Order: sequence, then structure tokens, then C-alpha cells
Amino acid sequence: MSEQQQTLEELQHIKTMMERSSRFISLSGLSGISAGICALIGAWFAGRKINCWLNGDCGLNRLMRESDLQLLNDLIWIALITFAAALISAFFFTYLRSRKNNTPMWGAATIRLFWNTAIPIAVGGLFLIRLMQLGEFELVAPGCLIFYGLALVNASKYTLGEVRYLGYGQLVLGILNLWLIGYGLYFWAIGFGILHIFYGIVMWYKYERQ
Amino acid sequence: MNLIEQLNKIFDNRVRLGIMSALMVNEEVNFNELKELLGITDGNLASHLKALEESGTIKVQKGFIGRKTNTTYAVTKAGEKAFKAHIAALEKMINSTK
Repeated sequence: MSEQQQTLEELQHIKTMMERSSRFISLSGLSGISAGICALIGAWFAGRKINCWLNGDCGLNRLMRESDLQLLNDLIWIALITFAAALISAFFFTYLRSRKNNTPMWGAATIRLFWNTAIPIAVGGLFLIRLMQLGEFELVAPGCLIFYGLALVNASKYTLGEVRYLGYGQLVLGILNLWLIGYGLYFWAIGFGILHIFYGIVMWYKYERQ
Repeated sequence: MNLIEQLNKIFDNRVRLGIMSALMVNEEVNFNELKELLGITDGNLASHLKALEESGTIKVQKGFIGRKTNTTYAVTKAGEKAFKAHIAALEKMINSTK
């Protein structure tokens, strides 16, 4: 019956318009995979640096105070480069997807998503910088995971709902890490690396596979 | 009972449905965002917005961002009620023909 068909189409039209205008839906699964790979590479470099410092190789003498600062400096650089690479690659894949789907990438929905992710991350970042200034390095890795997890749970309202589960995963890892101090780099690699890749594959499989 | 009579004539158009859908889930939406969302021309959009405004379904707020005009639209209480009733009627129509 054509009247029924038409009514159904109208309801569908209403639904997609509501989604399109209120949620940022171009987030690509490939973004998750690429961010995860960046994180694993970053973690590998950081692990090598720390080992090198522990063994007293590569000109970093563990017993000297300057070498601590040198290590810290190197680790911060690795973290910044990793973060930038992950962000750029994620942006790139999302841009490709939004172009393919013909959905606008920059709009009210994107701005809303941006602010709701940026606030917990910025607050977390400041908190962690202060922790490092006070010399509490053990809490940096769990802190990263916890604040990032909270940011994702918050962001899930403004983009694909599944982001919430990625956030829960990060939160669980971050909290576990609070009681397993010293394994920060492993938790970091699992959370930012493996969870992202897993999430990305699932999302890609669910929404983008043709 | 004629189900079609329960549908609201004011929403009997794709563009108007799109406008209402966007306004239902956002506090306010400006003209350019609506245009981009619906992919239609200025004139077409403006005439539908005018019709919705005149029926008291939406309210218009004219403002400025710097020197550029920024007109935002929001749904009125009455409009929200009417649109919900319209969707309920659509749903009822589908269910009754199943």
C-alpha cells in the first residue's frame, strides 16, 4: 500500500533529520584504528626510553638528577607527538567519511561535541600537569585513562552512542591501574592502543563496511 | 474515523518536516544551519519558515554576530505539541495498515 509506504518514509525522514542535526555522525571507525596504532607506537618508544634509562644506557645515567629531567622531557615529547599524530589521522579519516556521506562535518553538532570532549580533557590535562610538578608520576597513566574515559562517556551523547562503551573500557582500565601502580605504560597501551583499535574495527564493521 | 484527518496540514511537506525535526532536538537553529541540513535554496526555506512562523509553530529571533545578521529559530510550546501529535498520527496510520 503506497500510503503506508509514504507515511513510513516520512517517519524515517523525521528520524534522520533529528539525528543529523543533533549528533555528529561522521566519526569514522578507521579513526579509532589509526589512533590506536599511533598510541601503540608511542608506547613502544616510551617503553624503550624508560628501559634505556633503567639500564643506564644511551647516555642517561639513572643516578644523576639531570637524567631524570631528560627522561621526563623525552617522555612528554613522545606523548605530545603521539597525541598530535592520533588527532591528525583521526581527523583525516573522519573528513573522508563525511565527504563520502555528504554530511557536513562542521556545524552546530560538531561544535557541541568538541566542547563536551574538550572540557574534561583540558581539566584532566591541567590536573596531570600539576601532579607531575608535585612529582606524583605514578598517577599520570591512570589519570589519563580516567579523564579520557569521562570525556568519552560525556561525548557519547553528541555522537555515535557506542563511544560510551569505549569510555567505560577506559574508566575500568584507569581504575584498575590505580591499584597496579608501576604498570602504567601497559595500561596506557591497552587503553589508548588496543581498545581504540578494537572499537574502530567494530564501528567500521557496523557502519562503514560495504 | 478518518486517520488522515488527524494529520496536521501545516507539516504536510518534506521541508517543514525537516525544519520541525531539527528544531525539536535543538534549542535553537540558525538559518544557515537549516539550509545546510536540508540542502535547499534560501527562498524555499524562507517561505516555509514564514508559514510555520505565521501558524505559531515556531518563533524567530533576529540577532547579529558582529555585523552579520544571525536569525535563529526555535519551536514554540504549541508547535511542539502539534508536531508530537502529528508524529503520533503518522505512527497510528502505519500500525493500522499493517
